[in-house]
Amino acid sequence: MVEPTDNTAAGATAPHSASAEPRGQASASPMLEMTGITKRFPGVVANENVDLVVQPGEVHTLLGENGAGKSTLVKILYGLYRPDEGEIKIGGAPVEIPSPAAAIEHGIGMIHQHFMLVPTLTVAENVALGLQGRRGLADMGPVRDRLMEVSERHGLAIDPDAYIWQLAVGERQRAEILKALYREARLLVLDEPTAVLTPPEVDDLFATLRSLTDEGRGLIFISHKLAEVMDISNQITVLRDGEVVGRTTPAETTREGLASMMVGREVRLGREVPDQDVGDQRLVVDRLRVRGDRGNISLDDFSVQVASGEIVGIAGVSGNGQRELAEAIFGLRPIESGTVQVRGETIAAPSPKQVRRRGVAFVPEERMRHGAVGEMSVSENLMLVDYDKPPFARGGLLQFGIIAERCWELVRRFTVKTPALSTETSHLSGGNIQKVVIAREFSADADVLVVAQPTRGIDIGAAEYVHERLLEKRAAGAAVLLITEDLDEAMQLSDRVVVIFEGQAMCDLPRAEATTDRVGLLMTGVSEEVPTPA
Amino acid sequence: MSDFFTVSVLVATLASGIRLATPFLLSALGETIGQRAGVLNLGVEGVMLIGAYAAYITALRTGSVVAGVMAAMAAGAAMGVVYAFITVVMHATQGISGIGIFLFGLGFTDLLFRQQVGTPVPIDGLRGLDMGGLSDLPVVGELFFQHSALTYVAFALVPVVWFAMNRTTFGLNVRAVGETPEAADTLGVRVNVVRTQAIIIGNVMAGLAGGTLALDVGIFQQNLTSGQGFIAVALVYFGAWRSSGVMAGALLFGVVSSTVLQLKTLGIIVGANSTIAAMAPAILTIVVLVLVSRRIGAPSALTVPFERDN
Repeated sequence: MVEPTDNTAAGATAPHSASAEPRGQASASPMLEMTGITKRFPGVVANENVDLVVQPGEVHTLLGENGAGKSTLVKILYGLYRPDEGEIKIGGAPVEIPSPAAAIEHGIGMIHQHFMLVPTLTVAENVALGLQGRRGLADMGPVRDRLMEVSERHGLAIDPDAYIWQLAVGERQRAEILKALYREARLLVLDEPTAVLTPPEVDDLFATLRSLTDEGRGLIFISHKLAEVMDISNQITVLRDGEVVGRTTPAETTREGLASMMVGREVRLGREVPDQDVGDQRLVVDRLRVRGDRGNISLDDFSVQVASGEIVGIAGVSGNGQRELAEAIFGLRPIESGTVQVRGETIAAPSPKQVRRRGVAFVPEERMRHGAVGEMSVSENLMLVDYDKPPFARGGLLQFGIIAERCWELVRRFTVKTPALSTETSHLSGGNIQKVVIAREFSADADVLVVAQPTRGIDIGAAEYVHERLLEKRAAGAAVLLITEDLDEAMQLSDRVVVIFEGQAMCDLPRAEATTDRVGLLMTGVSEEVPTPA
Repeated sequence: MSDFFTVSVLVATLASGIRLATPFLLSALGETIGQRAGVLNLGVEGVMLIGAYAAYITALRTGSVVAGVMAAMAAGAAMGVVYAFITVVMHATQGISGIGIFLFGLGFTDLLFRQQVGTPVPIDGLRGLDMGGLSDLPVVGELFFQHSALTYVAFALVPVVWFAMNRTTFGLNVRAVGETPEAADTLGVRVNVVRTQAIIIGNVMAGLAGGTLALDVGIFQQNLTSGQGFIAVALVYFGAWRSSGVMAGALLFGVVSSTVLQLKTLGIIVGANSTIAAMAPAILTIVVLVLVSRRIGAPSALTVPFERDN
C-alpha cells in the first residue's frame, strides 16, 4: 500500500531539494490546493465539499468547534484518511496521498495534537524512525549531527539523546516539529499546537512559526482559541459541521465575528461576574501531600480555601497535580499528610460516599472514564448517586416510575439532547454527556462543588451553558473549586485564582490582580513573592 | 545428599543445565522479538511441538540432523505466517488465538505422529561438538565446550538479538510499533509489515527450539515440550524484554530442570517425591511471574492490534 520512501540515511541530501519548485512570487500555483474534499463516515459527513488553498509563506488557520471537520481535513492531507471525493494539488500538480509516507514525500509535515512520538525512544531515534539507514543499521551519529543543525537553524533547542518520556510537554513539541523539519517539510500542519502550552511557550512557538513562514514555508494552523488565531493568521477558513462557512483575515474580522461564524449565531464573549459577599469557609484543603500514580509526590504542601458563594480557580498546565488534588479531596486517592475539611470538619479517611454525604459533588475531568458510564443509559447515569435513596428506592427495589419522572425533569432542566432516557450515554455528543454529569451532580443538595475541566472538548454553546450553571451555583451560595487548564475559563469565572505548578500553589490571587501575563508566567513555574490576598 | 555435592556431579548438572536451557532460550528470544513489536504469542508451545515433530520426522526419513533443523525452522515460519494472518490481518484477540495455536500444535503433531510413525523410533540426534583440546579441559571443557552446535547458536543469538533490536533500523521499527504504532505509522513505517516480520522471526526461533528439543532427546512423543513454550513466554517477562535477562531466566530454568533430573538419577529423591520435584519448574514459573508481574518495561502496545481508522 505504501511506496517505499526514497528518504535516505541521515546526512544525505534532502529528497526534495532537487525537485523543489521555485517558491514565492516566482511560482504561479499555490503551495496547496484542496478542492471539493468530501469525507463520509458511517452516519456522519465529516467534510463536505471543502476547499482550501495555502500559499507559501502564509499561516492559514482552520477554525472550528470540536467535530467541525478540521482534523479530518488535515488527516486527509497527511494520508491518514482517504477522501471520498475531491482533489489535492501540490505546487499545481494533482497528487494522490495514500499514506503518511506519501505525504512526507510531497513535503508535508504534521505536528499532531497528540504527539506522535515513541516515549521509550530518544529524540534522535524518533527523528530517524522510518528513514532507511545505511545497510539497515540505525547509526545515530549522522542523525544527531543533522538534527542539531536543524535545531540550531530554527532556534529549537533540544537534547537529541534524551528519551521522550523525560521531556516536558514544550520540549516534546519541539521534537515533533524537528521531526518534520528534518524531513524538509515545506508545508507544516499544526493540529491544536497551543492546547498543551503555557502562554510564554505559546509566544516562543509563534516566534518559531513566523521564522518558518519567513523562509517561505506554508503553515496550516488549527485552533479554536480566538485570540491566538487573530494573532498568528494570515488567512482564516472557518468550518462548521464539515463545511466551510467563512473565509476571512484577522484584519477583516474580530474575535466575536470569528466566534459567531464558528457557532452559527451571535456569541458574546466575556462574561460579567457580579460581585458578591462570601460566607463561611466550606472547603479547606490544608498542606495536602499526595502521591501520584507512579509513587512520586504530585501534591506537596498544597493549601486552598473555598468559601460559600465563591469560585476558586485552580489554573495550571496539565499534569501538575490537578487530577490528584480532585481525587484526594474526593477520597479516591490516599492522603499522605495534610487534611481536607468540609464545613470545618476533618474527614479522617475520606471515601467518595462519606465525602458526598457531607454535601460535596464532583465533576471529574474525564467524563467518559470517571464521570459517566458510557454503556449505561442516560437515566441510569443520572441516578448513579441517588439511586439507593428514597423515594427512588424502597426496600431495595428501584421505583422506576419515580426515577423516570425525575430523569425527565433533569433532562429538561439541563437541556440534555437525548432521544430517550434509555439511550446509551456514549451515543450522545461530548457536550450532552457533560450535561448529564452536571445534571446529576448539580441537582443534588450538594453545596460544595469540585469541578475539573468542565468544558474540555465541548462546543462553545455547551461551554457557555456549563459556565452559567456554575455561576448560578455560586449565586446560590455554593463553594466551587474549579480546576481547569483553560486559562480564559479560570480568569473569567474565578473570584480567586490559585496557580498550581509541580504540585505546589504558586499564588492565590484575587480576580483584580490575576492578569493573563502574571498567571501565565506563574504557570511556567516562575515564582514571585506570594502577595497576601486582600 | 552429599552425593550431589561432588565436583563431577555439580559440573555434569550445570553442563546439562546449559543444554536444557537451549530450547528455553531460543523460544524466549523469539517471543521477545514478537512482543517488542507488540504481539503476544501464547502459542509458542504449539509452534515448538510442530517444530519438534518436523525435525523428528525429517531426521527420521532423511537421516540428516541438518535437514531436521531446517524443517523445524520452516515449520516455525509457516506457523508464523498463520499467526500473523490471525492477529495482524484479522485482528483476533492475541491471548486466545495463541491458546488456539497451542491446541492445534498439540493435537496436530499427535495425529501426524500416530499416522506416520506409530510406535516411537529413536533417531540419531544432536551430538556434542568435539573442540579438541578445549573439550578435553577439566571442568571447563565439560561445562562449555562439549555442547551441540545449536546450543552455541542459541547463546550467540543473545548478542545478535540485542544488536538487531538496538542498532538496526529493523529493531528501531520493531520497538516503535510495539510502543506507539500510530507514531511509527505517521513516519511511514509499515506497522503491520514490521509486526508480521517480527512474528515470523519469533516463530522460526520457536520452531527451532522445538527441533532442538526433539533432536536432543532423539525421539518424539505426544506433548514432548511439556509446557516449555509457556515457560518461554514467562521468561520474556522475567527478562524484562531484554535478551540478557531472557538468557538469565533460561539458564535458571535449565539448571533447575537438570538439578531435578540429577537428584532423581542419584536416587536422592524417589517415588512420589520425584513427581513432586518434577513440578519444580512449574512452581518456579509461578513464583517468577508473581515477582515480575509489575510488567516494568512492557511494550505499551502489547496485544493491541493496529489499524489506521480510515
